[in-house]
Amino acid sequence: MTGGAVTMRPPGPLPAGIQLTPDGQLRHFLTIEGLPRALLLEILDTAESFAGVKNQAVKKVPLLRGKTIVNLFFEASTRTRTTFELAAKRLSADVLNLNINTTATVKGESLLDTLRNLEAMYTDMFVVRHADSGAAQFIARHVAPHVSVINAGDGRHAHPTQAMLDMFTIRRHKPDFSRLCVAIVGDIMHSRVARSQIHALSILGTGEVRVVGPKTLIPAEVENLGVRVFHSMADGLKDADVIMMLRLQKERMQGALLPSEHEYFQLYGLTEERLSVAKETAIVMHPGPINRGVEIGSEVADGSRSVILQQVTYGIAVRMAVMSMAIGARAGR
Amino acid sequence: MNLQVCDLVREMSEEIQKLIRAGGIERPLMVGIHTGGVWIAERLHALLGIEDPLGTLDISFYRDDFSRVGMNPRVKPSHLPLSVDGRHIILVDDVLFTGRTIRAALNEIFDYGRPARVTLAVLIERDGRELPIEARVVGHKLKLESRQHVKLSGPNPLELKIVNAPGGGGPQ
Repeated sequence: MTGGAVTMRPPGPLPAGIQLTPDGQLRHFLTIEGLPRALLLEILDTAESFAGVKNQAVKKVPLLRGKTIVNLFFEASTRTRTTFELAAKRLSADVLNLNINTTATVKGESLLDTLRNLEAMYTDMFVVRHADSGAAQFIARHVAPHVSVINAGDGRHAHPTQAMLDMFTIRRHKPDFSRLCVAIVGDIMHSRVARSQIHALSILGTGEVRVVGPKTLIPAEVENLGVRVFHSMADGLKDADVIMMLRLQKERMQGALLPSEHEYFQLYGLTEERLSVAKETAIVMHPGPINRGVEIGSEVADGSRSVILQQVTYGIAVRMAVMSMAIGARAGR
Repeated sequence: MNLQVCDLVREMSEEIQKLIRAGGIERPLMVGIHTGGVWIAERLHALLGIEDPLGTLDISFYRDDFSRVGMNPRVKPSHLPLSVDGRHIILVDDVLFTGRTIRAALNEIFDYGRPARVTLAVLIERDGRELPIEARVVGHKLKLESRQHVKLSGPNPLELKIVNAPGGGGPQ
C-alpha cells in the first residue's frame, strides 16, 4: 500500500459485521464470500428493476440525488470504471473519478490521509479498485461511518460486482441455477473474477461448477470450494450450460507459467469446434476485455451464443442495485 | 369493512367511461401503481376493454423518503409498454392519502415522455393530503383517524381493511 502507516490485513473470511448492518442489509460490498443467498437474490431482483431505466426517455432515476460517489481507482480500468460511473449517474448521484497513480500519493500523501480528505468533502461512497488483495477491506475498516465501500476489484481476491452481473446474465438466460453446469475456463490462479464467480455460483446453489485450465494456472486448494477441476477443454466443456471465459493476463506470459499465446490458444482457446461438446443452448461469457485469438476465437466472441455485450449492459443495472442498496442501508441510522 | 371492492371498481369503470365519452378521449393509456393500484387497474382495464396493454409503475426509485427508509427490497420493474408522448393517461392507485405516491408516479411518467393529460382514478380517497393532488374518479371516500390506515389485500379476492398503525400515520 502506498505510503500507508497502517499495515494491511490479508484478505480472508470477513468478520460477519463489516459488510452488513446489524439488521442484515448491505452496508459495504467487498466480497461475495459468506453473504446469504437471500441477499444475492435481492441484488439480482433489484437490478432487474433498474434494467428498465435505460428504456426511459430520461435514462435516470432520482434515487441518489445529492449523494457523492468517488471512484477511487489505484489500478487502470476502463470498463469497470465507466459502468460504475454510468450507474452512479443514472441514479442521479454526483461522481468524482480519482486516478490515484496521478494524484496525491505521488506527492507522498498516505492512503488514510487521502480517505480523510475525501470524507471531509462529505462524500457518501468509495468505489475502490486496487492491485493489492484486501485493499477494499482495509479501506472499509477505516472509513467514517457515513461512507460505504464497494470493491471494484482487489488484487487476486475478489471482484464481487463482476460476479453479480455474471449471475444476472446467467439468470436472464437460465433461471434455475440448480440445474446448471457452469464451466469457468482459463487462468483461475490469478483471477479475482473466478474466485467471486465460484462463491456466487455456490451460494446460489448451482448444480455443478467446473474450472478448466492448465495445471500451472489452477491453484491446488480450489477443489475445497466445491468445484471439479479439468485440464482438458473437451472434458471440461462437455454438456456445459454456461461457459465463463477468463481474460488471460498477458503479463503472466513472461513467467514460466505459460507457453506462448499461440500455443495457449491451441490448447485452451475457445473455438466453435471446442464449443460443440457443450449443450446446444450453452451461452458464452467473458468479463472483458477479450484477447481475441488467445483465450477466445473471434467467431465465438461475436457468435450467436456469446452474451458478452449483454454482460456489459447488465453490469450497469447490477451496479445501480448494489450502490443504492448500500447507501439506502444507512437510512435512518 | 363492508365495502365490496368489485362493486366500487364497477362504479369507477362507469365513471371513467362517462369521462371518456364527455371528454372525447381517444385511446387512453391505463397505468397502475404497484401493488394495489395494479390490481385495480387490471380489473378496470378489462371492464373498459382498453386496447393498449396495461402499464405498471413501481415508484420506489422516485420516493421522497429514500434517505429515511432506504431501499424497498421488494421493488418491481416498471413497465410502460408504449410511448406516453401525447397520450391521455389514466393513472390508477388503490388509496390516495398524502399524495406523495402520486407525486412520485408523475415524476416517473414524465421521465418516460410528455403525456397530453393525466387523470387520477383511486379506489379509496381518504383525508390527509400533504400535496395539492386530487383524484378525478373515486371509488369511495373515507374519513379516518391519523393513526388509521386503509389497506387493500389481494389479488384474489380483493379486500379492504382498516388497520391501526402503531406510531401514527406515515406517508405512502
